[in-house]
Amino acid sequence: MSVSENISTIETPKKGKIKTFFSLLWSDQFAFFAAVFLILVLTSVIFGPMLLDYDAGRQNLRGRNAAPFDFTRGWMWFLGGDQLGRPLLARVLVAAQNTIFVAGGAVMISMTIGSVLGVIAGNSRGRLGQFIPRIADVIMSFPSLLLAVIVLYMLEPSVSNIIIVLAITRIPVYLRTARAEILEIRERMFIQAAIVMGASKFRIIFRHMMPMLLPTLLTVATLDFAFVMLAESSLSFLGIGIQPPDITWGLMVSQGRPYLTTAWWLSFWPGLAIIFTTLSLNLISNWIRIALDPQQRWRLEIESKKND
Amino acid sequence: MTDYLLEVRDLSVTFHTTRGPVDAVRNVSWHLNRGEVLAILGESGSGKSVSAAAIMDLIDMPPGEIKSGEIFFEGENLLTMDQEARREINGKKIAMIFQDPLSHLNPVYTVGWQIEETMVIHGTARRVAQKEMLSLLTKVGIPDPILAAKKYPHQFSGGQRQRVMIAMALALKPDVLIADEPTTALDVTVQAQILKLLQELQRETGMGLVIITHDLGVVAEIADRVVVMNNAEIVESGLVSDVYHNPKHAYTKKLIASAPGNGEMSSGVKSQEPILQLENVSKAYGDFVALRGMSFELMPGEVVAIVGESGSGKSTVARMLLRLEEASGGVVKYRGDDILSMSSSELLSIRRDIQMVFQDPTQSLNPRMSVYQIISEAWIIHAGIIAKSKWKERAGQLLEQVGLKREHLDRYPHQFSGGQKQRIAIARALALEPKIIICDEAVSALDVSIQAQVIALLKGLQKNLGISFIFIAHDLPVVRDFADRVIVMKSGEIVEEGAVQQIFEAPKELYTRNLLNASLDPDPKVQAARRMAAAAVS
Amino acid sequence: MNKFILKRALASLVSLLFLVVAVFFLSRLTGDPTDLYLPVDASLASREQFRKIHGLDQPLMVQFFNYVRDLAVLDFGESIRRARPALDVVLEAFKWTLQLALITLFLVTLAAIIFGSLAAFRVGGMFDRFATFFSLIGASAPDFWLAIVAIVVFSVGLGWVPTSGTGTMMHWILPVTILFIRPFGLILQVVRSSMITALSAAYIKTARAKGAKAKSIIFIHALRNALLPIITVIGDQAAGMLNGAVIVETIFGFPGVGKLMIDSILQRDFSVVLASIMVTAFVIFLMNILIDLLYAVLDPRIRY
Repeated sequence: MSVSENISTIETPKKGKIKTFFSLLWSDQFAFFAAVFLILVLTSVIFGPMLLDYDAGRQNLRGRNAAPFDFTRGWMWFLGGDQLGRPLLARVLVAAQNTIFVAGGAVMISMTIGSVLGVIAGNSRGRLGQFIPRIADVIMSFPSLLLAVIVLYMLEPSVSNIIIVLAITRIPVYLRTARAEILEIRERMFIQAAIVMGASKFRIIFRHMMPMLLPTLLTVATLDFAFVMLAESSLSFLGIGIQPPDITWGLMVSQGRPYLTTAWWLSFWPGLAIIFTTLSLNLISNWIRIALDPQQRWRLEIESKKND
Repeated sequence: MTDYLLEVRDLSVTFHTTRGPVDAVRNVSWHLNRGEVLAILGESGSGKSVSAAAIMDLIDMPPGEIKSGEIFFEGENLLTMDQEARREINGKKIAMIFQDPLSHLNPVYTVGWQIEETMVIHGTARRVAQKEMLSLLTKVGIPDPILAAKKYPHQFSGGQRQRVMIAMALALKPDVLIADEPTTALDVTVQAQILKLLQELQRETGMGLVIITHDLGVVAEIADRVVVMNNAEIVESGLVSDVYHNPKHAYTKKLIASAPGNGEMSSGVKSQEPILQLENVSKAYGDFVALRGMSFELMPGEVVAIVGESGSGKSTVARMLLRLEEASGGVVKYRGDDILSMSSSELLSIRRDIQMVFQDPTQSLNPRMSVYQIISEAWIIHAGIIAKSKWKERAGQLLEQVGLKREHLDRYPHQFSGGQKQRIAIARALALEPKIIICDEAVSALDVSIQAQVIALLKGLQKNLGISFIFIAHDLPVVRDFADRVIVMKSGEIVEEGAVQQIFEAPKELYTRNLLNASLDPDPKVQAARRMAAAAVS
Repeated sequence: MNKFILKRALASLVSLLFLVVAVFFLSRLTGDPTDLYLPVDASLASREQFRKIHGLDQPLMVQFFNYVRDLAVLDFGESIRRARPALDVVLEAFKWTLQLALITLFLVTLAAIIFGSLAAFRVGGMFDRFATFFSLIGASAPDFWLAIVAIVVFSVGLGWVPTSGTGTMMHWILPVTILFIRPFGLILQVVRSSMITALSAAYIKTARAKGAKAKSIIFIHALRNALLPIITVIGDQAAGMLNGAVIVETIFGFPGVGKLMIDSILQRDFSVVLASIMVTAFVIFLMNILIDLLYAVLDPRIRY
């Protein structure tokens, strides 16, 4: 405030929101490349299965465990071939869809349910406010892998069932975050001001609380997306996740495991895809946190000035 | 080389912020002699604390940058010394105490340990330091030092914490003590005690004391010389009485003129049917009684001030009658109906008539809403005040009424200064055309010059619109300028109640008299006379 | 204080009960152990007898009440597969898990606190950038993938360490390293951000004005204030490890409780599943109480 006292009358140059966004992104080069990589992943999620499904599924006995970096077979074989002679590059690109769908679906569901419960818990001072956090405690006390194994053993391990299992285990994260944030926001002066003005509970939650809560939830969700991806991969790796002929990156790593000593690339490439995607998500989440924090934002802005 | 104990020469510091580089201080020069008390006076954003931060090596670089200048301590330039040498000087030769001692003391260590640490850092054996620590605590007036040393900062009162800070700073008998707003946010009576302690210790040790403050009263009470800062520059300096009685610079003149407590006192409003009546309102939190049966009346168009020190229950009253919290007992009658027993739908119509302005406008305005959204929200909630087609027009009018511009409607709160934000909060309250506005420390966080403007604005509203005010404050001079009637509170009870003239000129109760005596006058002559009188009594 | 522990114990007991009930019934939905343990062509009579021995012939509710009745005298039942008391089987496996968890946690905590604090001291500096980047990679890496890559490189390729099993010191190196990586990344992030907050607190200014050395500002003044969130996240990670590092245990053939739990589900060895849940839940409960006590020791403002 001390500085703005002198400055407030000076018109701040108005950059477009989109331009500011890009200059902030460009100023953190790690985050920038992470964003570019995620766009690539997203492209293969959308177009991968559409364009490459045929190639990814076609077995070719002469291409079994074909070594990578061999240009004689065409670009599709650049990363080598798998145990049934299918081109790995095509398979990695096609598998992106299931991998991202499962993680994305689980994050969306758990974020919606978790934050609704969290907002309710944060706003009710009565029994409900006491009871809802207990739900989170119970879910948290359940070893998540055990839950997954039991449920997927009973039900068929389809994409939708895996999404449900993963979503259940992640609800506490959003529930706790939302509740803690609401408890803090609830005590803010502008909420009191709105009450004095006569604003309804509904209005206070949606007009005043949600805009403050959403950025935090999105940051958590980005981070959680990476976590859920790893969890799904672990399930697939253990053989209780997605079943062939469907593929995800985790399943590909698992399928390549018997050939580790003879054809390392079978497991290596899908693993690399996982690590790059989760790393990008983490980098982006980190960047969002800084860009949204007025106390830290200047770091990015000074960088972006240097780069201008 | 210089002969001064401490000299700042031509210092310029820049901070890199989101809006580009901002000069925190520009070509600032001042000096301090041994045994002297120098005040650096300025409002928020004036750069008054920056040279002290540079002396103590507390400027984070980046975002800060020392562009030019030298700081001489005992003839040596601090800014060219290496870090280790400066660390040796900090705490040993030059010590510093801060505003808000609660956050400046480490919450997880005992105060005894923290005082000892100053000595241990600079080579005293822990056992020696322990003994010395106890005598320091005694010296700064902490009762039962052996027990107190084992306590943590949160277990002390605000004034005691500042005493602990002082003990910590003076542990190694430094040559210079820098005090940055040491009494801000303390109650007036505590402020008086702390200033007295500083004065005594300064005389006893002969150290140089730099006191950084926004309060003319503090300057008048304690300083020999004063440096006035505005907008990152020194505008004037000299002996305190010279500067006060013959200010040269326009800014100094304005600052002195806007000091509260010198205006005409109100002669009260006509007694008529009260608009609001409190009867025996009480509030208890478990065993703690915050409010013990409070009763008073508010007339239409009247300003009733509620004053008291922290913990007196003055803000609790407001929260009760606005139903922000439920009262434990009593009745609040607004035009004959009891607010405290209303259902939430009945309450909605009352909300229109009674509005509130909060202490900190930065927090009371939603940072994600534009000024137009903030003001027009009132009309969304209370349908039928004005037609939607006229909202923009009316919001613009309201802004102009509180001294802002129509163009400001599309901006967001962070683009305004503290005083401007408080004006927006007042415009928001006015949007509902209320009959009563409750101001909870509404001007306490503002600089004096802005305080005066806001008070003038509120006075205008009272006169032109006939709005009644409940004005909750700890600052007596401001109350003197604005209130018709004053209620003095202590530990949840009314101590004294009367017309503003009666309270300020002929207070009946000892508590009120002490409160009035402890508040500082900006005139150094008046302050000196008060000191003499106090000395004669004791 | 005692009241607080009692309250916590009660809350934990309630959620443990919920867990036991849920697992008891859910796991039985996965199928009848008889089909798994007897040959396909086993006679009806021998099937009946198998069911009778293991109490599977009773209605489900009766089985449940029998189980609870035995629990009251700390009888956790028999392992069908191993024909030994389930508790013994679980405790044996848990011993391995506990050792693995303690060694890894000790190393992770030490490393994360040192590197995280140093990164926070000069935010945006070279060290900070590297620490942040590598911790992010650590937090992003799928452990099963790292494990098999590590086996290919260090065991198969270079032959430095054995591929799996237990026995010598060398057998611990890869599991501990792989288990170390993700918690290290996650905890370092928390240490860093918590330390940044602590280092920008007002009392750090006071310490600097006193002339305190950088080392004491970081590790005495700031760290103790930053420890609360750090301990919370360490606790979360520890709970994960105590539940068994399934992936690492599976890949490295490490006989821990995580692997035991999953195997027992697949083998429909219900009493072992339930016993391992209760043992780990009990240890995690003890750890959480310890953490709560630690909070109060570290921050005098916290009183229960």
